[in-house]
Amino acid sequence: MYQYNDFDSAFLAERNRQFRAQVGRRIDGSLTEDEFRPLRLMNGLYLQLHAYMLRVAIPYGTLSSAQMDKLALLAEKWDKGYGHFTTRQNIQYNWPKLNDVPDMLDALAEVNLHAIQTSGNTIRNVTADHFAGASADEVADPRPVAELIRQWSTDHPEFQALPRKFKIAVSGARDNDRAVIMAHDIGLYIVENDAGEVGYQLVVGGGLGRTPMIGKVLKDFIRQDDLLAYLEATVSVWNLLGRRDNKYKARIKITVHEHGIEEIRRRVEDRFALIRPTFGGFDVALLKEIEAFFANPEFTSAPVDAYTAAYDADPLFRSWADANLSAHKNDDYAIVTISLKKHGETPGDASAAQMRAMAELARQYGHDELRISHEQNVILPHVHKSHLPAIYAALKEQDLHTANIGLISDIIACPGMDYCALATARSIPVAQQIATRFDELKLEHDIGHLQIKISGCINACGHHHVGHIGILGLDRAGVENYQITLGGDATNTAAIGQRVGPGFAYDEIVPAIERTVRGYLDLREDENETFIETFNRVGLAPFKAYIYPEAQANAA
Amino acid sequence: MARAFTPKVVTANHLLEGDVIYMTASGDWTRELRDAELLTDEADADLRLLEAQQQTAVTVGAYLADAKSGPDGRPEPTHFREEFRRTGPSNYFHGKQAEA
Repeated sequence: MYQYNDFDSAFLAERNRQFRAQVGRRIDGSLTEDEFRPLRLMNGLYLQLHAYMLRVAIPYGTLSSAQMDKLALLAEKWDKGYGHFTTRQNIQYNWPKLNDVPDMLDALAEVNLHAIQTSGNTIRNVTADHFAGASADEVADPRPVAELIRQWSTDHPEFQALPRKFKIAVSGARDNDRAVIMAHDIGLYIVENDAGEVGYQLVVGGGLGRTPMIGKVLKDFIRQDDLLAYLEATVSVWNLLGRRDNKYKARIKITVHEHGIEEIRRRVEDRFALIRPTFGGFDVALLKEIEAFFANPEFTSAPVDAYTAAYDADPLFRSWADANLSAHKNDDYAIVTISLKKHGETPGDASAAQMRAMAELARQYGHDELRISHEQNVILPHVHKSHLPAIYAALKEQDLHTANIGLISDIIACPGMDYCALATARSIPVAQQIATRFDELKLEHDIGHLQIKISGCINACGHHHVGHIGILGLDRAGVENYQITLGGDATNTAAIGQRVGPGFAYDEIVPAIERTVRGYLDLREDENETFIETFNRVGLAPFKAYIYPEAQANAA
Repeated sequence: MARAFTPKVVTANHLLEGDVIYMTASGDWTRELRDAELLTDEADADLRLLEAQQQTAVTVGAYLADAKSGPDGRPEPTHFREEFRRTGPSNYFHGKQAEA
């Protein structure tokens, strides 16, 4: 894991000192809110519906135990005892006081964490595949290059006042995208060319929100020593071309759409040719240095009998193992996904006690590493299988043993109108009720792999466009109303879901989702055909008949 | 024809605490919507809003929120967003509902 050097620590300390002074000047009246707002946003501080909200970056989703312990401390000392993990590998605290925020940032700095550029019109927290360095299907660990990009983009003088926010994600597994690469302003896949050299495929202009778009390939193969110059050229071209007259048209997806990918490519190549000579190789040397921090842990070799014995003897453990474990590149190891989606609870929330328990498990059994997924769960990426029964028992004590990864209750939900000042409807209670409903129906495991994603406004923080079932909460004439989309796909075969028809009131949305899912159970060829496979085979029309039975009856 | 004016309250977030506040008839701030001044005259409302916006050491983002007179004559929200602002989130018993 990356460790700050003296420069990094000094940089962060200075930045925190500046922000403390800025907060002081806002409170003593020297700064107006208009002057203060962009400054606080650059440091991750929002003002939401009921309180301030501090968004802390978890770069490329990677945390040490000590860092997780610190997140727990912040939750306890300056918040209401919990934190909310987000779809962009951040953690949000919903109740800080303005006066306390500088102390919170200083506490985070003690463990190399910060909130810089988690908001504002800047390059945001760089996200990555949460199985990075652990799964067998990647060309290379995406985290070193994500760290390189974090360093390059932090306080980059050219990119502090961009037309709009800018989100970059990296995956090392081109054919098994777990990082929603195709829905980012820039998505990078680490790839190998025919000569066996490792480089990057760059996808540009993806994004969700008001105008959802799937990214387009800007360049198929970028050499490692060209990457930063190519990124800089791309962001630079958009920085000049991007629409500043209309914030709804400011994202790079619109720029690419309006100018065409060919024209953008031509401009980027020109800019790249101009600036490439100024990158003298320092970036490549730095990447090598960073890579050393992400070396594999020393995997232990030991019998896995304890695991197989528990698997055979305990059906609850078996159910959890089947749902929450993923294949590790070392056969004696497993990747453990800890569900933050207990039925009826808030997706992505963890209490301070739960955070500490997970940190302790990572310390004891997981080579001191944790990950946060964009799906709002926590991952122990390197666990020897012999430790799985002990981990399961410990998780159970903290109510963290829900066996539902990839299932219908493993729902992504944005904070929605329960917290967010931008929201037009609530998301969290809808997620809670859907999870509870299908748990009570005992259908979850029969339904199998199904991703529901819920956003409480058109900005789509809950990724509803790429949910197999997407739910968008809107305000229709002063009443919450929920639109359903079907057929979205967040992977490398990315697709935007199709809207099924008129929306549903708050008390109608859960029954409508149940009808959708019962439709799937009727329509699927057999139990091996997943929801998305059935949708892709039969299309929208048969589902509509289930979702709107009255319309069907009227037409008959 | 201009839209008829509907009653309003002046509301904002508190600079230090960040929580929701409302302006009272005496020009002070309260954390309870029911203690806010219900403004039925448009010119009065605009003036009160200007007063609120000038208090930059207390308020952030002051605006006029729609409200109506409840059975006891005190202001009540007309929109669900304002209902959440005066109550708190629905997933935890936090915010104003826990402080009342």
